[in-house]
Amino acid sequence: MSEPDTTETRLRALMLESLNGDAGAYRTLLSELRRHLYRYFTRRLHAAHAAYAEDLVQETLLAIHSRRMSYDRKRPFTAWLHAVAHHKFVDHVRRYSLRVTVPLDDDAPLFARDDTADAATRMDLDTALHTVPKRTETLIRKVRIEGASIAEAAKASNMSETAAKVSIHRGLKALTARFSGGNK
Amino acid sequence: MTDELIARLSNNLKPVPHNAVQLMILGALAIGGVVAVSALLMELGFRADIDVAMLGPVFWIKSAYTMAIAVLGGVLTLTLVRPEGRIKWPWFAAPILVLILALGAATQLMGTDQQTAMVYILGGSALVCPWLIVALSSPILATLLVAMRRLAPANPTLAGLAAGMLAGGPGRGFIRSTVAKTAWHSF
Repeated sequence: MSEPDTTETRLRALMLESLNGDAGAYRTLLSELRRHLYRYFTRRLHAAHAAYAEDLVQETLLAIHSRRMSYDRKRPFTAWLHAVAHHKFVDHVRRYSLRVTVPLDDDAPLFARDDTADAATRMDLDTALHTVPKRTETLIRKVRIEGASIAEAAKASNMSETAAKVSIHRGLKALTARFSGGNK
Repeated sequence: MTDELIARLSNNLKPVPHNAVQLMILGALAIGGVVAVSALLMELGFRADIDVAMLGPVFWIKSAYTMAIAVLGGVLTLTLVRPEGRIKWPWFAAPILVLILALGAATQLMGTDQQTAMVYILGGSALVCPWLIVALSSPILATLLVAMRRLAPANPTLAGLAAGMLAGGPGRGFIRSTVAKTAWHSF
C-alpha cells in the first residue's frame, strides 16, 4: 500500500487530467476512489448500516462529478475529496437520525492507515492466507480484499476467468474447512 | 451498478476551465448587475445632482465603504462555495468596518445641533431606501444563489450570508447614485 503522500500525488494528477477532459484518467480516478470511498464509509458506518456503504459511494461519486468545478487545482485533492465524502456521510447520518456526532477536526484523514484493531485482523488474515497455494492467495487477496474484479485478477495472474473463479472458490472452501473448527 | 455509474460519468466528461468558480461568480454578478441597473434606470433614473455629488468626498467615502463590504463578501463567497473552504478574517473585518463608519457618523453628529442631527439621522429617504436597496440587490443575490447551487458550499447558511454581503454592496452603490442623502443608507 502506498504512502498517503504518493496517494495524494497520484490522485491529484488524475484529477487534473480529468478536469482537462481526459476520460481515461477520469475512469481510472473514479474506480480508485470507489475502492477508497468504500473503505472510508464502511469504517464509519454503524454495523447495522453497513449495507448503505455502496449507496454512499455512488452518491459521493455523483457529487464529485457534478461538483468537480468546485475543486481548486492549486489545493490538495484528498482534502477536497474528504470534505465531499464527509458531507455525504453527515447527510446519511442526518437522514437516519442516528445522532452520531462527527467533530470536523477530529475526523480521521481519508487515507490514514488502518488502526491497530485492523492490523491484528490483517495479521490473522495473512497467517490464514499462507495456508493456501501462493497463486490462490494472490487471487483471493485481489478479488475479496482489494476489491478487484475477477477479470482483472485473472489477467494479472495470467489465467482464464473461469480458472480464477474456481481457484478462489477452492481456496475459500479450504480455508472454511480449516477454520470452521470441525468436519463438515 | 457502480461500474455502470463510473462508465456513464466518464463517458460524458466535459473539461472544466481554470478559475471556473471565479468565472461563474463573476458571470452571476454581471447578469444580476445588468438586471439591477436596467431596473434602476427604468424606475428611478440617476439623482439630478449626480455630477455634483461625485465631486464631493462623502459620495466616494460611502462608495468605498459599500465596495469594501462587497469585496469581503466576495472573498468569503469564493472560499465558502468549496466543500473544504475555511476562512475567518472577513467575518471580523466586516464589523470593524461598520464600527469605523459608525464612529465617523458619530463624530459628524457631535458637531451639529440637535435639529440638524435628527435630519442627518433620519434623512429624507430612510423610509424608502432600505426597500429600494433590497429590491436592487435581489436580482444579484438571485443569480449568485443560482450559480452557487452548482458549487458545493459546506455550510449553505454562511455561504448565503457571504453572497448577501456581496450582492448588497452593488445594490447600495446603485441606490447611492440615485437618492443618497444620509450616512445611514449604508446599513
